[in-house]
Amino acid sequence: MTEVLFRAAEVIDPATGHEGVTDVLVAGEVVEAVGRGLESHGAEVIECDGLVLAPGLVDLHTHLREPGYEYKETIASGTRSAAAGGFTAVSSMANTDPVTDHAGIVAEIRDKAAEAGLADVFPVGAVTKGLAGESMAELGEMVEAGVRMFSDDGMCVPTPRMLRNALVYAKAFTDEVVIADHCEDASLVEGGHMHEGSHSYALGLAGRPAEAEEIVVARDLAVARATGGRIHVLHVSSARSVELIRRAKAEGVRVTAEVTPHHLVFTDDDLVGYDTNFKVNPPLRTAEDRDALRAGVADGTIDVIATDHAPHAVEEKESEFDLSPPGMIGLETALGAVLTHVVAPGIVTLPRAIEAMSGTPARILGATGHGGPIEPGRPANLVVFDAAERWVVEPPFASKARNSAFTGSELSGRVRHTMLRGSFTVAHGKLSR
Amino acid sequence: MNRHVLSMHDLTADDVTRVLDTAESFREVGSRVIKKVPALRGRTVVNFFLENSTRTRISFELAAKRLSADVINFAAGGSSVSKGESLKDTALTLQAMGADAIVIRHSSSGSPLQLTGWVEGHVLNAGDGTHEHPTQALLDLYTMRERLGRLEGLRVAIVGDVLHSRVARSLSFGLVKMGADVTLIGPPTLIPPDAPAWGVHVNYDIDGVIPKLDVCYMLRVQRERQRLEYFPSVREYNRLFGLTATRADALPEGSLIMHPGPMNRGVEIDSDVADLPQAVIEEQVTNGIAVRMSLLYLLLGGGGGAEPPAGRDQVEALRD
Repeated sequence: MTEVLFRAAEVIDPATGHEGVTDVLVAGEVVEAVGRGLESHGAEVIECDGLVLAPGLVDLHTHLREPGYEYKETIASGTRSAAAGGFTAVSSMANTDPVTDHAGIVAEIRDKAAEAGLADVFPVGAVTKGLAGESMAELGEMVEAGVRMFSDDGMCVPTPRMLRNALVYAKAFTDEVVIADHCEDASLVEGGHMHEGSHSYALGLAGRPAEAEEIVVARDLAVARATGGRIHVLHVSSARSVELIRRAKAEGVRVTAEVTPHHLVFTDDDLVGYDTNFKVNPPLRTAEDRDALRAGVADGTIDVIATDHAPHAVEEKESEFDLSPPGMIGLETALGAVLTHVVAPGIVTLPRAIEAMSGTPARILGATGHGGPIEPGRPANLVVFDAAERWVVEPPFASKARNSAFTGSELSGRVRHTMLRGSFTVAHGKLSR
Repeated sequence: MNRHVLSMHDLTADDVTRVLDTAESFREVGSRVIKKVPALRGRTVVNFFLENSTRTRISFELAAKRLSADVINFAAGGSSVSKGESLKDTALTLQAMGADAIVIRHSSSGSPLQLTGWVEGHVLNAGDGTHEHPTQALLDLYTMRERLGRLEGLRVAIVGDVLHSRVARSLSFGLVKMGADVTLIGPPTLIPPDAPAWGVHVNYDIDGVIPKLDVCYMLRVQRERQRLEYFPSVREYNRLFGLTATRADALPEGSLIMHPGPMNRGVEIDSDVADLPQAVIEEQVTNGIAVRMSLLYLLLGGGGGAEPPAGRDQVEALRD
């Protein structure tokens, strides 16, 4: 049995509230002991002086693209990217081809992820068959296969009627089933490519207005309130959406919400050069929106920071702005972006950031082996990073894709080690595979 | 002057004056029997037109040819762009062919700016999506200055679908830069809500504005299906915003009627109005060639503060 001793790490474990310098001994696949001055007994010793050790990160919103779009990303390359970014688990969205709308595809994705062995993959099931928005997918069969989150991400669940039926139907299963919605009203965003505002008018690009999101967030909250079902608002982008969610939570509506690192960092100011890497749905909005999102993470209104890692082929992004597909990759820059732009300025504490990127998404996914606590007997899913190490984001990435808006920018905070059930997927800053 | 002309924001007021002054001397070339000067001999200008536009392409082609440049027309139908090649690959191909200037017309806003990242030659925007069309604005400014003697203080209304009009954007920015007083008129659904931030006025009542105008500039109404989301019918559009004979009568003496073409007679402009002597629509077209010659010349041949060519000998002397 291989043993690894992480010596004198700043352990941050939001699940137990532990913050402080200590040793963590891993034996085989599990944590053997946590405490100061542990004996190595022949274990591989990793000196962690000045480094943070935390539960492995969990991404609630990843596009792995396989099956169907292997030219953009594969399960192997996407989980490699995850490991490089400090993630031990990712939740893969259903907009594959064929769509992940039945248990067969769920099993196929899990098998391929297990074969790659770089991160655990929790497939998201589609709410509607073929993401067509017309008839409900076989949720029951997918729940039996272990799926907890359902989403037609990329598109909004088109009608409140469909959302209502899915939320009510899901009551037949575990109480943990959650419908995650991409909240943008299709009629208001049709043909749009960026946030509607002074920049879109001057750039001559059709807009995707903030109210397109707010209308659907309000709709979904109303349906969740009426049905008692659980909803998760994907990639919140507007300040008013944050406020709607805040009020609904106060009323006891069962809602969780996520924000992406890019919405926490960039604004529509960044689009004036028509750089397609900044084209995302929902769009980057104003500085006021970005600040409200940051505050939402800080006060817990926004539960989760999730990447919406959306790989595209180089040639797809080296096209005209309106013809380029939306989305940017994010797994390898998420931690650095959050540490640099949200934690370092003192907006969000480090434990809160880790909770939002690990414990909370793990709980939503039902990924019980992930997200801490870091205690004896628990699976050793861990990340060790240097919060002070500065680096410039440059391709190539572990991901097959390179559509990152962070390219060329300096981030502070870099992964040293990622451990999945006791095995290094990243050791000393290098991928194991 | 800026290396590329992608937007009216790339030109200072002095640049605009210089382009118009230089165009003045080139217009004379167009009235000769032999309409050609050797200013850009040996230089290659590529007309990279990914959106149909016979008028603008021919205007640029004539402009480059009258300057003796070698002209290549690269159009969408015959290009690899229609076969799935990326914009970047196509741009690199043009670069490899040694294009000194690329004149791009594209249905995608921002594509000329993207092009500048991939090619070494000068890039001229000949109209990109719903963004800008700076050479149209320059020829319009030229026409106004020529006819009315000045730009500063001119009262100009731009009427129609401003939201989707690259002409309206470039012309508004250009007129404001030159000190004109601009009013945008049209259905509120087709006026950008933040247009006042451009330094223009917005008005929905054409009849209240018309008696005070020096120039009434009519935009083409897009006749596509989505029009119906923005206004109810062509009939109502014409009634509320069209330049009818009655409205044309209300224009002050000496004011101009302009249109970038092609016109929808009976929609934004009544047929009889388009044929009035104060409608200078063909003149705009003629001036377009001289203005584009001026711009190509200043970017490719006569940059660096050279004086505009007064005559054939001087143009010859300025050739590099």
